[in-house]
Amino acid sequence: MRHWSALGAFTLWLREITRFRRQRSRVIGSFLQPLVFWLLLGAGLNASFRPAGMPAGINYFQYLYPGFIVLVLLFTAIFSTISTVEDRREGFLQGVLVAPISRQMIVIGQAMGGTTLAWIPSCIFLVLAPLAGIKLTLTAVVVSALIMAIIAFSLTCIGLIIAWRIESTQGFHAIMNLILIPIWLLSGAFWPLSGAPAAVGWLMRLDPLTYGVAALRAALYFGHPSGAANSLPSVIPSTLIASTFALTMYLLAARVASRATSY
Amino acid sequence: MEISVNVAGANAPISPAAQPHAVEIDALSFSYKERRALDNLSFVIERGEIFGLLGPNGSGKTTLFKILSTLLPLQSGNASILGHSLRSDTRALRRRIGVVFQHPSIDLKLTVVENLMHHGHLFGIRGEQLRQRSTAMLGWFGLSERRHDLVETLSGGLQRRVELAQAFLHEPELMILDEPSTGLDPAARREFLDYIDRLRSEAGVTMVLTTHHMEEAERCDRIGILNDGRLVALDSPARLKAQVGGDVVVIRAKNLAALRDQLLLKMRASPVTVSGCLRVERPRGHEFVRDVVERFGDQIESITFGKPTLEDVFIHLTGHGFYGTRQEDQ
Repeated sequence: MRHWSALGAFTLWLREITRFRRQRSRVIGSFLQPLVFWLLLGAGLNASFRPAGMPAGINYFQYLYPGFIVLVLLFTAIFSTISTVEDRREGFLQGVLVAPISRQMIVIGQAMGGTTLAWIPSCIFLVLAPLAGIKLTLTAVVVSALIMAIIAFSLTCIGLIIAWRIESTQGFHAIMNLILIPIWLLSGAFWPLSGAPAAVGWLMRLDPLTYGVAALRAALYFGHPSGAANSLPSVIPSTLIASTFALTMYLLAARVASRATSY
Repeated sequence: MEISVNVAGANAPISPAAQPHAVEIDALSFSYKERRALDNLSFVIERGEIFGLLGPNGSGKTTLFKILSTLLPLQSGNASILGHSLRSDTRALRRRIGVVFQHPSIDLKLTVVENLMHHGHLFGIRGEQLRQRSTAMLGWFGLSERRHDLVETLSGGLQRRVELAQAFLHEPELMILDEPSTGLDPAARREFLDYIDRLRSEAGVTMVLTTHHMEEAERCDRIGILNDGRLVALDSPARLKAQVGGDVVVIRAKNLAALRDQLLLKMRASPVTVSGCLRVERPRGHEFVRDVVERFGDQIESITFGKPTLEDVFIHLTGHGFYGTRQEDQ
């Protein structure tokens, strides 16, 4: 039984990959949009803007980079889960729900699918880092890619928690804008925690995405002379917090999915 | 191509008498918050039957479909399929039933074989067994030449066949279908129903389908008629139609109320107003038509008579029309 369920989760993952391959525009769009944002914001703010607490030897272009990798992850991970809303009432998921596979396994398949879909474009973004003047070492790439996968998994699970709960895609967009954009803004993508006013600093500390961004930032600057010289938690504890968050989000998503009935 | 299904189960052959019914429903009720969707249903579906659940929108048949296909939990009462309780044993049951949904559950962005592969994996079928089953299904449902086409490029009729092929891939003993021929043109509908017939006669699969389509209902061995969550009749289409007294006469007139009163007084008929027409059930309907036309010809716009249809059975049983809203039918 367990073996069958794993095969079921694998097949759900494979389906996401097959669909993604057939929609090239989705791949390109998912990483072009953050790329353009990064270029415009970076170019506009680089000359005049230097938030307090930014690590020495890094310009604002470079500072924004990890945050925009996370934005790529955010867009693709979340949008890959939207289909769950309609799929479950009038699509492919109807058939999955009457198959002998547990909801926990369905969520694993979906979460792995969404994670892979988000991870691929963000890796393209990652290897463009030298264009921003960030030196990449092999360690930096491998560790960053791993952290990106953890962040992608947790974001996909957040998307699934909402997608399994609500009945309409409009509702989905509303909730996404209300929750995810603030989470991203407060994650340290735009300004460092150390320079933020006390109240904002606390919000940032409470934001689970902060630790993902911090881990990624630390990993990315491995090759940088100044290192991760800032007040952010170092790479290992941050990664641990981000992993715990990802696991919690998965458990929540599995729970929500198990309780969802199709009225 | 032959398809064999081991109806008795994989291991111990059970004598037919000891076999549980295909479906057993006992005092089943279901409510969505305040609204009661199913009200104390009890009936049995036999193995090898094509059984139709006929009812208008809102009659509860989709709720019943969702309960039988394990999508909704039981609230009160009991139901079992092939001996598996729907309360406690849905995991094992799922392997023995196939479900066809009203909206496609195949992925339009995938090819026909990709859809079959995913479905097989979800049911634990893979490798050589999966290849063989897929090939058999493609042949059986006439899809072999389109196997590598994206499903979205197929016609509606072919898409429905992919849906059937997918639901039958894991060799279910019982299939549950929700308004399966919705959206098909008459020719495609007939073809689809032929496939249902073949699955029953050649593979011995029990078929349970919900429908609000009379042609679909006519082709069932037995139908249960649902109205407002209650089972109002259960029999073969022929015997249900025999319940209606003789012929059905339908009269259109400018002033329905006046004509109804006159028919009541002078012809001792008891007409019912349904969807803007007067309906009278009468043996020897042609004589009644002649008499009505002779006496009230000037008031009548049209008058028809015919043998009862299942729609007439529904009106006979419930006193209101099948398609219109209740308010129209006073």
